Amino acid sequence: MLSTGLRFSLRSISRDWKSGELRVIAISLMLAVTAVTAVGFFTDRVGRAMTRQAAELLAGDLVISSPDPIRAEIRQQASDLNLTQAHTTSFPSVVLHGDNTLLTEVKAVSQGYPLRGQLKTARKLYGEVTVESNIPETGTVWVEPRLLTQLSLQIGEKLQLGRVSFEIARVLAYEPDRGSNLFQFAPRVMLNHADLDATGLVVPASRVTRHLLLAGQEATIKRFSTWMQQNTLPGERMLGLQDGRPEMRTALERAEQFLGLAALVSVLLGGAAIAVATRHYAQRQSDNGAVMRCLGASSSLLLQMFTLRLIWLGGLACLLGSVLGYLAQEILSSMLAQWFVLKIPPPSLWPIVTGILTGMVVLAGFALPPILHLRQVPPLKVLRRDLKLTTPSIWSLVLITTLVMLGLMWWHTGDLRLATMVGSGSILTIAILWLAASGLIKTARWLDQGSGMIWRFGLASLTRRSGSSIQTVAIGLGMMALLLLTLVRVDILEAWNRTLPPGTPNQFLVNIQPHEVKPLRNFFQSKGIPAPELYPMVRGRLVGVNQEQVGPDHYQNDRAQRLVSREFNLSWALQMQEDNRITAGKWWHDTSATEAGFSVEQGLANTLGLKLGDTMRFLVAGQEMAARITSLRTVKWDSFNVNFFVIASPGVLEHLPATYVTSFYLGDNQGEFLVELVQAFPSVTVLDVRSFMNQVRTVIDHASLAVEYVFLFTLLAGLMVLYAAIHSTLDERLQEAAILRSMGASKRQILKGITLEFMSLGAMAGFLAATAASLLGYFLATRMFELSYGFNPWVWIVGIFSSAAIVTAAGIFGVRSTLNYPPIRVLGRFPTK
Amino acid sequence: MPTTNNKPVITASHLHKEVTGPGGILTILRDVNLQVNAGSSTAILGASGSGKTTLLGLLAGLDTPTTGKIQLFDSDLSTLDEDGRAALRAGRVGFVFQSFQLLPGLTALENVMLGVELGGDITTSRVRALETLQQVGLGERIDHYPDQLSGGEQQRVAIARAFATHPEILFADEPTGNLDQDTGRQIIDLMFSLQEAHNTALVLVTHDVELAEHCGDRMLLDQGILEYHDA
Repeated sequence: MLSTGLRFSLRSISRDWKSGELRVIAISLMLAVTAVTAVGFFTDRVGRAMTRQAAELLAGDLVISSPDPIRAEIRQQASDLNLTQAHTTSFPSVVLHGDNTLLTEVKAVSQGYPLRGQLKTARKLYGEVTVESNIPETGTVWVEPRLLTQLSLQIGEKLQLGRVSFEIARVLAYEPDRGSNLFQFAPRVMLNHADLDATGLVVPASRVTRHLLLAGQEATIKRFSTWMQQNTLPGERMLGLQDGRPEMRTALERAEQFLGLAALVSVLLGGAAIAVATRHYAQRQSDNGAVMRCLGASSSLLLQMFTLRLIWLGGLACLLGSVLGYLAQEILSSMLAQWFVLKIPPPSLWPIVTGILTGMVVLAGFALPPILHLRQVPPLKVLRRDLKLTTPSIWSLVLITTLVMLGLMWWHTGDLRLATMVGSGSILTIAILWLAASGLIKTARWLDQGSGMIWRFGLASLTRRSGSSIQTVAIGLGMMALLLLTLVRVDILEAWNRTLPPGTPNQFLVNIQPHEVKPLRNFFQSKGIPAPELYPMVRGRLVGVNQEQVGPDHYQNDRAQRLVSREFNLSWALQMQEDNRITAGKWWHDTSATEAGFSVEQGLANTLGLKLGDTMRFLVAGQEMAARITSLRTVKWDSFNVNFFVIASPGVLEHLPATYVTSFYLGDNQGEFLVELVQAFPSVTVLDVRSFMNQVRTVIDHASLAVEYVFLFTLLAGLMVLYAAIHSTLDERLQEAAILRSMGASKRQILKGITLEFMSLGAMAGFLAATAASLLGYFLATRMFELSYGFNPWVWIVGIFSSAAIVTAAGIFGVRSTLNYPPIRVLGRFPTK
Repeated sequence: MPTTNNKPVITASHLHKEVTGPGGILTILRDVNLQVNAGSSTAILGASGSGKTTLLGLLAGLDTPTTGKIQLFDSDLSTLDEDGRAALRAGRVGFVFQSFQLLPGLTALENVMLGVELGGDITTSRVRALETLQQVGLGERIDHYPDQLSGGEQQRVAIARAFATHPEILFADEPTGNLDQDTGRQIIDLMFSLQEAHNTALVLVTHDVELAEHCGDRMLLDQGILEYHDA
């Protein structure tokens, strides 16, 4: 039986292909798979490129940190795995120049540093920045600008570090891994590792941090990381790409969500096109099925034949789609390569598997239900053509496709919340479009009365065509995606970019003494720059939660261990920062209780397992102080405002020794201001985070661009839905046009009627699509990406007009054959009984 | 003349067929009784809408009566489900339809092979299909698709498909309805000569009295009642 099914399934596949019945399904599926694999390959590559750029912030793919010299065993393991290695040793030390002394952060680097990212230097203070391909030569050091201003030094002059006098060769403008510890108060002095021993500064008891930087293939890094996890000794720490700064993590997560969204919209559209095409295919195949039933074919044979045919077709389309997807992303990647600082790494082959699996799942979910019903075709249909194939009920189809869609979205984004949101948005959209289709039919019937022949023909086509509502839904869905991808996407991306608008703070001032607060404000005002808000800051170590003593060993999680091992920056405030949002409890301002309290950042609370009502105990300047957590709040880390993990209510920390901190924006040509500020307030530390911010901004820009390109495929999939919808009505249209022409209607009259039909359909679908896309965009922006979103009237204007134009053009193109087809041939093709 | 014996191929007793339409219940067949013997030919005459196609569908097991019993070969059709009835037809029942009902995706040869293969003969299906196509005069057009053939040629392919399995009974529903007079005549000659050669029982449904005269028995279906018709 199986062999019979197999033979029959193959027999007419080529002929069916030529007659166009399977072509729409295959092309839709191929396009869906092309989109999915192209997105898959592309996101895979972009993801890898972004991970590599994130690696810049570590200066390697993996960093092992230890206060003691890195064990030979670790270095040996890295060598065995052929990982590239570099060493750094950092410690605070005082440098001398004449009578002046200054506390600096010394960093000795070995050849090859940095393994990821680049060092950037200038030949003079605030001069032109160039990329360095080497490390400081022996006998020379590179220093940060503020060391030169604070010690009134020039390039070429000498400074004493331990027992050695070094020549200052460069101004250090950018150091990739500097960002991973932004709050380093002392300026950097970088020297060649070969010079370190001679300085005599590092002795066995010295307080130093040693880093072993590693780089290599992803798989090898993973192997090393696994080995290291099992062999870590106390004091040793491993930093991976996920341990970068929270700003970076937010940017990367957002980029992944955007790309994930693009992928799942393509999947959804591919499915819609396939569903429309298969419904049509099943109806047309029902005649063949009935003849076969008549001649003795069993229902299982029909099931096998049609299912296998779908599998062959699907397999082929999926394979072709994968190849096309690969080619498409190759072209796009080469177009995009220049935008990436680093070479985009080649993709893995995994997206092919994902693409083919997705294609088959889409086929099973969207195409199989109508095909399954083919086995129930009544043999009596050979005698009574009016008998319709019982197709699955709309609701069961909706249920099946919704489940398939949700499953795919979950699988592709790895985010159930995002999948559910986009899924429910889509269902809502389909429901609205469905209702609107009925509304359209009613309106058209009303318009129909008393109108001319052309109007009647055009509008009657809408009102009487059985598939009109399906078509409107499909076109509306396609248009919604197109609008979402173009206008709404731009709005969302702009809202996203607005989170880092021009004027975002790019300078941090730390170490401001309480007595300097007022003079500093005056200094800003005297230079015509508005004085920024200054926040008090106290450094304290978390020593207990409730009755329990805590330390790094208390936690399993790496991040928790790291957070607890270092000092927290604590602050106090009466008012909450504007961009903070309370997620649990109340800000003290909103509560009548006068009890001392802490407001804790939600992410920190999750990491440390803290909840509302817990008591946190900190050791600050030798004294222990405690307070209960009275609120949890979210913080916009990517705002670059001064933010704190833990904020105390007024009255808790004021008696402790505090310094102040602030952030402000400085224009590109205001470098002089910094020099004057440093001279006026020598003890204040200036952190110029422009380089670091450019880094974050570049990543975001690249991500935006990637999303834009990825959406291009989704756009094509949307057009395919249109094509499938129009193609499904072709037979009906051929017959109608033939009847009209045989009755004497001119080609022009028929064309007018068709134009009117498609224009109404397109305009209505466009209006609904614009509304749906705007609502979905609003939902995505505000709920998912936490961005503010304003409705854009252009979405409706562009939506309605472009939809009417595209649908009319595509419609006329799709049905152009009906205009030129000899009526006798058409009428002969549809024998009636 | 085919050899008729008294062995019945179909026996229909007290058939009633009612359908529910917009105007209520409509009776299409009333107490129809019929026997078709092996090798015989029976014409069922009737005007358009008289229910003759419904009767053909019931006799062939394509539909089920409201009441009454049909015995096809040795099986009571009411005891079989749709698949059981299909299995009973496979290879033993042939059809010729007014609208030919060829599968558009298959060539003439493949369309004929389809009937043989569904009858269970996989190994010699090609040879049998070729032979039959030659018998109907289409040996040169075996690789043509239905839309590349004229109406008469398509009906010849349908006849070849029906006879390639050497069926015990052939149901023909207005086989010349879509053909011009000359072609219709050729098709009828071909069909009857093959029916004779294969000793196949024939049930022919038509409104054409002249065509019905080719058959040994003629019956008239009028307002759902079947009676013998004497020209």
